[in-house]
Amino acid sequence: MNWKTFGAMLARDAHVARRNALQLFLQTFLQPLLFVFIFGRVMVGSGYMPAAYKSLLLPGIIAISMVFTGIWAVAMPLIAEFQWTREIEDRLLAPIGVAWIAIEKVIAGILQALVAGLIVIPLAWLVLRPGVEISIHTPFAFAAIIVLVAIFSACGGLALGCSINQQHIGLMFGMVITPMIFFGCTYYPWSALKPFPILQKAVLINPLVYASEGMRATLAPQFEHLSITAVIIALLFFDTLLLLVGLRQFEKKAVT
Amino acid sequence: MAVGVRTSDLRKVYSSSPPLGAAGGFIARADAKGGKQPKAQIPALDGLSLDVLPGEIFGLLGPNGAGKSTTVGVLTTRVRPTSGQAWIGEHDVWKEQARVKHLIGVVPQRPNLDFSLTAREILIFHAAYFGIGSRQRNERADTLLEKFKLTERANQMVRGFSGGMMQRLSIARAMMHDPQVLFLDEPSAGLDPQTRILLWEIIREYHQAGKTVLLTTHNMDEADALCQRLAIIDHGHVIALGTPVELKATIPGGFLLRLRFGNQTADLLERLQSLAGVREVRAVDGTGADVYADRGGSLIPEIATLAANAGAELSDVHISEPSLENLFLHHTGRSLRD
Repeated sequence: MNWKTFGAMLARDAHVARRNALQLFLQTFLQPLLFVFIFGRVMVGSGYMPAAYKSLLLPGIIAISMVFTGIWAVAMPLIAEFQWTREIEDRLLAPIGVAWIAIEKVIAGILQALVAGLIVIPLAWLVLRPGVEISIHTPFAFAAIIVLVAIFSACGGLALGCSINQQHIGLMFGMVITPMIFFGCTYYPWSALKPFPILQKAVLINPLVYASEGMRATLAPQFEHLSITAVIIALLFFDTLLLLVGLRQFEKKAVT
Repeated sequence: MAVGVRTSDLRKVYSSSPPLGAAGGFIARADAKGGKQPKAQIPALDGLSLDVLPGEIFGLLGPNGAGKSTTVGVLTTRVRPTSGQAWIGEHDVWKEQARVKHLIGVVPQRPNLDFSLTAREILIFHAAYFGIGSRQRNERADTLLEKFKLTERANQMVRGFSGGMMQRLSIARAMMHDPQVLFLDEPSAGLDPQTRILLWEIIREYHQAGKTVLLTTHNMDEADALCQRLAIIDHGHVIALGTPVELKATIPGGFLLRLRFGNQTADLLERLQSLAGVREVRAVDGTGADVYADRGGSLIPEIATLAANAGAELSDVHISEPSLENLFLHHTGRSLRD
């Protein structure tokens, strides 16, 4: 393991992220904030939604922002750099094992997802207040979940980014991302699916469910939620699975 | 100390589409296309063994699809061979990848610059990947930008660069960590003559600093002008090896006269063979003949007379002096450009 090379690649990603900061900011936060505004302010303010919905919505918005920041941060550059320009080649030729290049991308994605989570909390709170009841009752569980969610998002980005080509990005959104969001218990709690027992079981294959429910369990425990232990176990499982799949796909793409 | 390059019985069979390298690009893209039809097995290397001496400029010459880029891919850790071994110096390419990557610099056939960075940043980050300290990498970047005439564009994003500028920057990048072995895959493809001359100068200069250079080309002039030794490759194996002079000496006679007749007879070919200075006559397509001979233009009147006497009108003559192009033709029966 060559730490200097690893550090330099992280520095390169940080440099590019800084250069694209405004674009990244809008891309990450505009959509969740509009969502928060419409559902949390407009719908609640006009009486179509109960006031408590604000507190229910916020954890889901944090989860979705983190997950898609991580996926986006890792998958999109990989898709572009593995295309025919082969921009990633200069890093594949750096004196370090090929798997470490993938791990560097994952670390960069984790950091971006964590930053997104930490920024979206106060932003959404500002848009939603007054009347939001969230608090961190179990800081360790919250920290563990937020880290596991960040890892899941970055590893998911690696697996997706190394599995699809540029011409299939639209398909990825239609077939993977959109269903994941809508069946991800982000805008409603998992318990709300009780009237749909088959669907309620089926959505458990969606890792975003555990991210949303984990946030809800640690930030707004007054609502019914999945147990923190179950969430942590499930996230550990998805983190490991997606990392292994991602590394395998990366090596397949990197070496002919 | 200079470092050599060696391969032993390399084989590579692509089960998906071959690397872009074999078809004009550099590196393969694993195109995971499922599908029911059996995957095509495309052999790219067929028992290729090479021994490049430390400190030499060595050329791999061959037509498109001969296996040049795949060879470079295997030697630079980018294409895993189906069987066989490759070494850079004492290091097995596929067992000590990180060590090998330290020793090599690679200029791909098609520029693969990092489009998210400026020209200068590309050089600086490249050096950082190789653990070069901040002051040293800044100095070296400035020197190379100057040498490659890129100083004025140093702080611009490379997306808008011309092909020639990208190529120059690719070479500068490959030199940033001062590698012992420099690989250049079709370095002058698409360059204007002026830039090509600059490139040749730079390659010679790098070689004079005691470095090994391995380049691929299908340009005879380039191989002739630059390389100390050459391997001519076709269908994934070496068909001839030696210095350009040695190789050219293996062409019978040296001169090649490509003749075309209105109508041609076996008798005519035999008579051509009997002319003074003619070493070898080969029939081509039933209407022509390739004549390898010690002399060129002075044979023409005799050939014309022979043809007229045999009732075969001479319709076209092309004379070429001893060249690697003729050598390739002699070994394969095909022109390099076919």
